[in-house]
Amino acid sequence: MAEPTTFLNAIREALWEEMERDPSVFLLGEDIANYGGAFKLTKGFIEHFGPDRVWDMPISEGIIVDSAVGASMNGLRPVAEIQFLDFITCCFDQICSYAAKQLYRWDVKCPIVIRGPYGAKTSGGPYHSACPEAWFANMPGVKLVAPAHVYDAKGLLKAAIRDDNPVIFMESKWLYRNLKEVIPPGDQVFTPLGKAAVRREGRHCTVVAWANMVHESYIAADKLAKEGVELEVIDLRTITPWDHETVLESVKKTGRCIVFHEAPRTGGFGGEIAAYIGQEGFAWLDAPVTRIGAPDTHVPFAKPLENYYVPNAEDLIGAVREVMAY
Amino acid sequence: MPVDVLLTEGNQVSVPTKLDAKISEAKRKADYQKLFYNMKLLRAVEDRIERVLAKQGKILGGVYTGKGQECISLCSCVHLMDGDFTSPTHREMGVFVARGIPLVEIFAQYMGRANGNTKGKEGNMHMGSIEKGIINYPSQLGNNAGCGVGVALSFKIKKQPNVVMTFSGEGATSTGIWHETVNFASVRSLPVVFMVNNNQYAMGTPTHHQYRAVNLAERGVGYGIPGLVVDGNDAESVYEAAKWAVDRARSGKGPSIIECKTFRMTGHAQHDSADYVPEKLFQEWAKKDPIERFTRFLLKKKWITAARIKEIEDEISAMIVKASDEADAGKFPDPLTALEGVFTDQKIISHKKWKTMIVQQNQNY
Repeated sequence: MAEPTTFLNAIREALWEEMERDPSVFLLGEDIANYGGAFKLTKGFIEHFGPDRVWDMPISEGIIVDSAVGASMNGLRPVAEIQFLDFITCCFDQICSYAAKQLYRWDVKCPIVIRGPYGAKTSGGPYHSACPEAWFANMPGVKLVAPAHVYDAKGLLKAAIRDDNPVIFMESKWLYRNLKEVIPPGDQVFTPLGKAAVRREGRHCTVVAWANMVHESYIAADKLAKEGVELEVIDLRTITPWDHETVLESVKKTGRCIVFHEAPRTGGFGGEIAAYIGQEGFAWLDAPVTRIGAPDTHVPFAKPLENYYVPNAEDLIGAVREVMAY
Repeated sequence: MPVDVLLTEGNQVSVPTKLDAKISEAKRKADYQKLFYNMKLLRAVEDRIERVLAKQGKILGGVYTGKGQECISLCSCVHLMDGDFTSPTHREMGVFVARGIPLVEIFAQYMGRANGNTKGKEGNMHMGSIEKGIINYPSQLGNNAGCGVGVALSFKIKKQPNVVMTFSGEGATSTGIWHETVNFASVRSLPVVFMVNNNQYAMGTPTHHQYRAVNLAERGVGYGIPGLVVDGNDAESVYEAAKWAVDRARSGKGPSIIECKTFRMTGHAQHDSADYVPEKLFQEWAKKDPIERFTRFLLKKKWITAARIKEIEDEISAMIVKASDEADAGKFPDPLTALEGVFTDQKIISHKKWKTMIVQQNQNY
């Protein structure tokens, strides 16, 4: 039996193997070379791949992304690290004005990956905890990916690097070292973008979640199973473009749908999924589609505040009870 | 014939210097003749757009020209070779002319036609060509320099002997990203030339509300790179300075800034009467018209004759009319092409605005 590997190591392996496979892949980001990255994710890369493929950048997310876009025009496949995805606001312009629009504006491919840690539960406070997916979901031309499992952390990142479009790859830093799973060795791991995974089958209520909330869904599913309530847990994996079919098929079966995300509820991506199910799945619904998200505040620092803020299995159980009682 | 520039190097601010690129007389003569031709062509292209097509109501969007600033793009790009990249903005039509973008494609672009450079997708002056090394800039100015530096980074990674020439107005140098770009290019000695077209007005804002420095090139001091201040209306000055900077970048010595002092001889765009610009400035700068100045110089040098000028003007005039008519005969794009080109691996197969788009996903790896 192989040893389990961490979520963080799976990402590291994906980068390593893709760089070995394709010499046009290179890394750029803050403190990624000699320091080895804020989470030591790229430790040893510069020694192995050399300075032309691992670039320490000045503290400027703007030039990190502009450089990635520019380099992609000359046949390279840059993987840019944003040290914490909260800082992606500093390169919002470069992602939205350049990367997302390259192909549309002038028919030039932009095969770049912008990856980094995101999400709460690590006492990161308002600047090291945000979930940025909704900020970009309204921008056509960017793919958004958020793995929940070790296999997908590696498999989706490989797919993202090989994709010819800009991909924002969101890595739950809570999962980095808290999740360990056994995965097949080397190149056998690959997860195509745009496909959700049904993680638990159940008859009563569909839960659509990604990253940390998938794991909270398992906790809730286990507890509710004891009461005879079966959740069908869908791990969305790719947020844009999202897998409408898998979600709708599940709702047709269960007649109930809860979208469960860590980001604030108002304007969160859950609204998009809920609206779609409300429109296309109306005939099958036995209860209103329900969204669970963080309160519309910022991510607080102190443990009691953060614990209160982050949605969890108990919130899901509460929502499921309401939906089932409807 | 050495030209006067202000050179900023190390911690020295603005030292008068004489630049004298070692270019053979024959090469210089050939370059200057080509530059003269391109200046005439460039002005004719912009005149056609501004004075004919716009007045006929055929141009979509505003008309932004680089009148009076022709030297800056042309006399710098003349030093580039195949494989080099440029990153112009809205005053640098010269880059497209110099790098041989077909005139039909340019005129059709301005009329929003399917035969235009971006097939109707992008605003009129937002053109580009990967094959000819021209980056299509976003309206968030300053980023075009950033993206250019990304290409320069790729040259370094791939060990290509190429350089990138970026263009920014003085207004764009106020953006954070322009500074972040220059800093990074300097830190890694990337092969870039940062051209600054200082035409003294950023839309309605004069230079004294844009920056406090005497010369923008002096910003190079803060980044540890040289900066040059040149007369942007003097073909020779721009030519010499750009040669110096391109050679420097190509030989691995890193980036430099060339600030070209010039004047915007129009409003921000055709719809702008520029009533906030003192009239005497227009009169003063009209006397410094770069093309007239270069013509006088070439005639004096006997590198061109009045007869040849007439010949060039006639040839260009015929070419412009033909290309403009051909562009005008082009169709408007099919409305459904608005759905194309969001992702490389998606085909939209059904779209109603009150429904979720149905797309066909194709794996592209």
